[in-house]
Amino acid sequence: MRVNFTVNGRRHEADDVWEGESLLYVLRERMGLPGSKNACEQGECGSCTVRLDGVPVCSCLVAAGQVEGREVVTVEGLADFAAHRSEAHPGTGCASGACGTTVDQAQRWKAKPTGEETRDTGELSPIQQAFIDAGAVQCGFCTPGLLVAADELLERNPEPSDADIREALSGNLCRCTGYEKILDAVRLAAARADETV
Amino acid sequence: MDFLRPASWEEALAAKAEHPTAVPIAGGTDVMVEINFDHRRPEYLLDLNRIGELSEWEVGQENVRLGASVPYSAIMEHLRAELPGLALASHTVASPQIRNRGGVGGNLGTASPAGDAHPALLAAGAEVEAESVRGTRLIPIDDFYTGVKRNALEPDELIRAVHIKKADGPQQYSKVGTRNAMVIAVCAFGLALHPETRTVRTGIGSAAPTPVRAKEAEAFLNAALEEGGFWDSRTIITPSVAKQFATLAAGACNPIDDVRGTASYRRHAVGIMARRTLGWTWETYRGNGRSTEGAA
Amino acid sequence: MGVTGSPTNINQGTRTKGGIGESTLRPDGILKVTGEFAYSSDMWHEDMLWGHTLRSTVAHAEIVSIDTSEALATSGVYAVLTYDDLPTAVKNYGLEIQDTPVLAHGRVRHHGEPVALVAADHPETARRAAAKIRIDYRELPVVTDEASATAPGAPLLHEGRDDHHIGHVPHPNIVHRQPIVRGDAEAAKARADVVVSGEYVFGMQDQAFLGPESGLAVPSEDGGVDLYVATQWLHSDLRQIAPVLGLPEDKVRMTLSGVGGAFGGREDLSMQIHACLLALRTGKPVKIVYNRFESFFGHVHRHPAKLWYEHGATRDGKLTHMKCRIVLDGGAYASASPAVVGNASSLAVGPYVIDDVDIEAVALYTNNPPCGAMRGFGAVQACFAYEAQMDKVAAELGMDPVEFRQLNAMEQGTLLPTGQVVDSPAPVAELLRRVKARPLPPERQWESAGEHPDVRALPGGLSNTTHGEGVVRGIGYAVGLKNVGFSEGFDDYSTARVRMEVIGGEPVATVHTAMAEVGQGGVTVHAQIARTELGVSQVTIRPADTAVGSAGSTSASRQTYVTGGAVKNSCEAVREQVLEIGRRKFGTYHPAWATAELLLEGGKVVTDGGEVLADLADVLEDEAVDVELEWRHRPTEAFDLRTGQGNGHVQYSFAAHRAVVEVDTELGLVKVIELACAQDVGKALNPLSVLGQIQGGTLQGMGIAVMEEIIVDPKTAKVRNPSFTDYLLPTILDTPTIPVDVLELADDHAPYGLRGIGEAPTLSSTPAVLAAIRNATGLELNRTPVRPEHLTGT
Repeated sequence: MRVNFTVNGRRHEADDVWEGESLLYVLRERMGLPGSKNACEQGECGSCTVRLDGVPVCSCLVAAGQVEGREVVTVEGLADFAAHRSEAHPGTGCASGACGTTVDQAQRWKAKPTGEETRDTGELSPIQQAFIDAGAVQCGFCTPGLLVAADELLERNPEPSDADIREALSGNLCRCTGYEKILDAVRLAAARADETV
Repeated sequence: MDFLRPASWEEALAAKAEHPTAVPIAGGTDVMVEINFDHRRPEYLLDLNRIGELSEWEVGQENVRLGASVPYSAIMEHLRAELPGLALASHTVASPQIRNRGGVGGNLGTASPAGDAHPALLAAGAEVEAESVRGTRLIPIDDFYTGVKRNALEPDELIRAVHIKKADGPQQYSKVGTRNAMVIAVCAFGLALHPETRTVRTGIGSAAPTPVRAKEAEAFLNAALEEGGFWDSRTIITPSVAKQFATLAAGACNPIDDVRGTASYRRHAVGIMARRTLGWTWETYRGNGRSTEGAA
Repeated sequence: MGVTGSPTNINQGTRTKGGIGESTLRPDGILKVTGEFAYSSDMWHEDMLWGHTLRSTVAHAEIVSIDTSEALATSGVYAVLTYDDLPTAVKNYGLEIQDTPVLAHGRVRHHGEPVALVAADHPETARRAAAKIRIDYRELPVVTDEASATAPGAPLLHEGRDDHHIGHVPHPNIVHRQPIVRGDAEAAKARADVVVSGEYVFGMQDQAFLGPESGLAVPSEDGGVDLYVATQWLHSDLRQIAPVLGLPEDKVRMTLSGVGGAFGGREDLSMQIHACLLALRTGKPVKIVYNRFESFFGHVHRHPAKLWYEHGATRDGKLTHMKCRIVLDGGAYASASPAVVGNASSLAVGPYVIDDVDIEAVALYTNNPPCGAMRGFGAVQACFAYEAQMDKVAAELGMDPVEFRQLNAMEQGTLLPTGQVVDSPAPVAELLRRVKARPLPPERQWESAGEHPDVRALPGGLSNTTHGEGVVRGIGYAVGLKNVGFSEGFDDYSTARVRMEVIGGEPVATVHTAMAEVGQGGVTVHAQIARTELGVSQVTIRPADTAVGSAGSTSASRQTYVTGGAVKNSCEAVREQVLEIGRRKFGTYHPAWATAELLLEGGKVVTDGGEVLADLADVLEDEAVDVELEWRHRPTEAFDLRTGQGNGHVQYSFAAHRAVVEVDTELGLVKVIELACAQDVGKALNPLSVLGQIQGGTLQGMGIAVMEEIIVDPKTAKVRNPSFTDYLLPTILDTPTIPVDVLELADDHAPYGLRGIGEAPTLSSTPAVLAAIRNATGLELNRTPVRPEHLTGT
C-alpha cells in the first residue's frame, strides 16, 4: 500500500508498504530517518518514541497505515520543533542551544536559580544540549526516545519534580547510565529554560 | 494482509461484516506486538483510528459512556472523579507512551486476564456496547469474559463504547508487578464501594483464566457491613471482617504458576490487596481523605 | 559505494585544554542527540537484502532432515543456507574453543540455535520463507545442571573433545576446572571460634544492551566482503570469520558501526558470519537485524551459578580460613567459560586477607543457553556469595558487618590466594568507611509530597500497592574485588595509530584505533590523551576498523588502560619525532632545544620552565608525523592447574556500596531508595564519564538483585521469557539515587596511574541490595534475584 504523512514538517510518501509494517520501520527503512530506534519493538523500551500529532507514542506499535495524513516529529526534527515552539511561545525555553547552567547548578536547582549569562551555541534543542552537557549519553541508543519524551515533559511541565521526571520517563529504558545523568539533563534543561523567562 | 481504513463507524461495521476475521487495530499496543514478533498474521487489519467518536466520552446521569479508543491518559486526566477506579487502573498501564495510545476497547477486545482495566470495570459495574450491522447490544461486564483471551463478541461485532457506572463512593485499584512502572500484572485487585446500594463490588485480574469478581467475598462483606450497621455508623470495619473478606477474595482466585509469579503468591497478594483497598476506600467513605488515595 | 550509515571521522576541538582529568564532552554526542549517529541496525544499502535466521525450537535434538525447497521457491527469496552450504572445512567458531557451529550440523544443543539462513527482499518475505523450511527433529534428553551433566550415561554435549582443558577436567561435560589452594584450610579451621557455611544461587542475567545484534555485509569486486557491525573486538571477530568464509583476513574488511551497548554480550559472534555468507552467496549487500526475541538467543548470558562457601573466624573477628566451590553453568558452548572460571576462582576470596583457602571453580556444558562474558565476569557471582557470608560471620560474632569487613580488609601488599601480591593501593577499608559515613536518606519520603502518599516513592510504585502499610527499611553493605585487563598469560595488547599535521594553520592530531566504542567513552578519552600529550586542541577520531592493528576487547575494564595506554604511547613517539623535526629546524637558534625537557602545549613547543620555543605550525609546516605502535601492559602468568598459583592478574579494582531499601514485607515488593558507591579509580581521566560508568554498573547490579532473570525451564531447557515484557530491566522509577564518592589513588604501574573502573561497581551493588533486604525482612535469602515469592514465603 501507499502511505502519505508529514514527518518533521515535510510531506513524505512511501510506496509498496507491507500492511504489517510499523511506523518505526517506515521511518527507518523507507524514509531514511533511522534516528528512532528499534530496541524492543514491543512497546517496552521507548527507544522509538516519536510525537504523533503532538502525542508521544511508541512508533513500533503504530501501524504504518494508521499514520496516513498525520504529523510525526522524530528526533531528527526535534531541534526545529523546539525552535518553532519557542518562537510561537517566547519565554518557554532556551530557544536554540545551550544556556549557561552547569550540571552542578542544575542538581541544586529548585524553583528560581541564580541566573548565569546565556549563550547561543547553535542548532540543538535545549534538551539535546542538556543531554550532552550532563553526560546523559553513553551508547546513545535510548537517547532519541528519551529526548522526545523529555522534551514533551518540559513542554507540559516546565518545572517538574524529580518524581515527575521519573514518571514521565518511566517508559524509556536505558541500560548504560543508571539514569542519574538523564535526571541531571532534564533538571539542567528545566533550569536553563527558567533562566530565560 | 489487507489494511482496511474505514472513515466512519458505519464503514467499520460494514467492513467487519464483510470480513469477520478482520482484526481491529486502534492503539496497536497488543496487535502490533503480535505482528512484530510474528505471532499473528491477520488477513485484514481494520484501522479504527480515523473514527473520531471512538475517542470521545459522555458523562450522563448514571453512567459514563466511554468511547472504546479513549486513551488511558485521557481517563487519568479527565475522568478521575467519575471513574476513580478506572483512572487508578489506567495509571498502572504500561508506560506514558502506551497510555497515550491504548484504550479500554483494546483491553476488552484482547480479553487477557492481565488486562489492567478489567478489575476496575468489574468493580464499578459496566456494560460493553457491542455493535454490528445487525444492531447494537449491551453486554454486562460480568458476562463479557468467556475464557482465556476470549470474550462474548460475535465475529461481526465491534466494541463501540463501555458504559461504566459513575462512582457513588470511593474506589481503589492495586496491581502487583515486579517492577515499579511499565509492568504486566502478576495480579490486580479493584474495589468499589457503592453506598447508594450499600454494596461492595470487586474485580480480580491475572489470577484466574478470566478477570473475575470475588463474589463470595462481596456477599460476605455486604452482609457484615449491613449487619454491623457500618454504612450508617461509618466506624472502622472490624479487623476480623476485613481479614475474612481478604481470605475470601484470595479464595476467589484460580491462578497458575508462570514466569511472572506463582499461583500461591497470587492468592496471597490478592488477599493483601483486598484488605488494603478495603481499608483505603473505607477510610475515604468515613470522611478521612488523608492517606487513602494514592497520588502520583 | 552506496552504503548509508558508514561511520566518518569525528572532529572535536575544545576551548579549554581538554586534556585528561577534565570532563570534556563526548565527541560523538552531537551525532547521538540528533539521531544522525549510525548504529549497526541503521546501516542501509540500495538493493540490499534482508537476512533472517531460523533457530531451533527445541533445546536438544538430532536433526533428522531439513527441507528448504519450499522456502527457496518463495518469490523474493535469494538464498537459503544450511550447514551443507558452508564453503570451507572450517564450520565452527569460538572465542577460545572452536566448538560453536556456524549453522547446526545434525544436532542442536540449545534452544534458539541457528539452523538455517534466508536472504530475501523484505524482512517479511524472509520470515515467511523461513517458516516454510521443514526440520524434522528427534528430541534428545537434556542436561541442565551439574547432577544431570555428570550422571552416569549423561549425554555428552561435545564428544571427542580435543581442546586444551579436556586433560584436566573430571568429566567431558565440564569445560574447565580451576582449583586454588593456599595454606591449610582444614588446619586453620581448627583455630576458628565460629564457622559459617552457606549455599547460594545466582540467576541467569542478560546483558540486554538496547541496540540489537545487527549489521550489513557488502560483497566486493575482489571476492571479499565489507562488514559493518557492532562488536566489542573487531580483530577477534575477524580471526573467527575469515576461516569460515575461506577468505584471507585482508579480504574481510570490518568497520565498527554504532554500538548500542555491549556489557560482554558482543564478545562472541552473532550475525557476522551469517550476513557475510548470505552476501557472498547472493552477490548483494545483506542486512541482518535481530528483534528483541531473537536477541535473547543471539548472545551469551551471564553464567548462572551455584556457590558453596565456608568461612571461619576467631572470636576477635579475624577470618581463619575459607573453602568454596563454585559451579558455573556455561550452557551448550564454551564461549568465555574457561576465563570466567579463572576469574571466579582467583577472585573467590574477595577483598579480604585469608591465608588458608581451598577453592574450586568449574564451568559446565549443559543444554541451557550458552553463557559467557558479562560485566563483572565470574567475579560477580562470587561477590554475591562471599558478601552474604561476611554478614553471616559478623552476625555470628555479634560484630558490626562493616567493622568486621574492615578488620579483614585487603590492602596494598596483601598476598592473594594465587600467591600474587597486591602491589598498588587497595583502599578497601576506606571505601567502606566512606559509604558508611554518608548521611542516610530521609525516611518515609512518600509523605513529603503533600496530602496524599506519593506512590512513586513506595514499593510497587505506580501500581498503587501500598500507602505505607507493611513497609520496612533495611540497610546493607558490600565490597568487591575485580581484576582489570586480560589475565592468565594472555598477550593483551592494543594498537594505536596517531598522526599529527597542520591543517588550516592549526596543529591537528588524528587518532586511529580499532577500539570498539560501545558507549563507555573511549573516544572521549583518546581525544583527551592526544591533547595532553601533543598540546593540540583539535583532535580527529577515525572510525574503528581492521585497517589498523588490534585494540583488544572492550571488556575486562581494560580499554582506557590498554588502548588508552597505546594512544599515550603512540603520542609520545609522535612527540619525539615532532621535537626531532624542531631540533633539526630550530635547534641552532636556542640552546634549550638540546638541553631542556620539552613539552607540547597550546600548539607550541615549550620548555618545562614554560618558555615557548616554537609554534607547532612552524615546526611541522606541511610535514605529517604518523606512528602506529602496539602497547602492552606488564605480562601475567597462567594459574597452575593444580594449585592455582601464579601472578595471573594485571591490576585490581575495588568498589563498595551501601544500599538502603524499603520492602513491602506483606507483598514482597522492594524499592531501592539509595545505592551509595565509593570506588578507587586511580586517576579519573574524565570525571563525568567515570560517574556514568559507576552509576550504570551499579544499576545493572541492582537489576539482578531484584528483577532481572532469564528463566529456563529445567525440564526442557527452553527459555521462558525472551522479551522485555518478562525479562524486566529497571526503569527510572525503580532506580535509586546513586551518590558516588571517587577516590584517586594512583597505580604507578598504569598509564596516568589509572585503574579500570567499568566492572567493579557491578559486583558489590547486588550483595549490598540483598543485605539490605535481609536487614529489612530478617530472611536468609540465599538466591538472587529476590522475587516476591521468596519474601512472602509463598
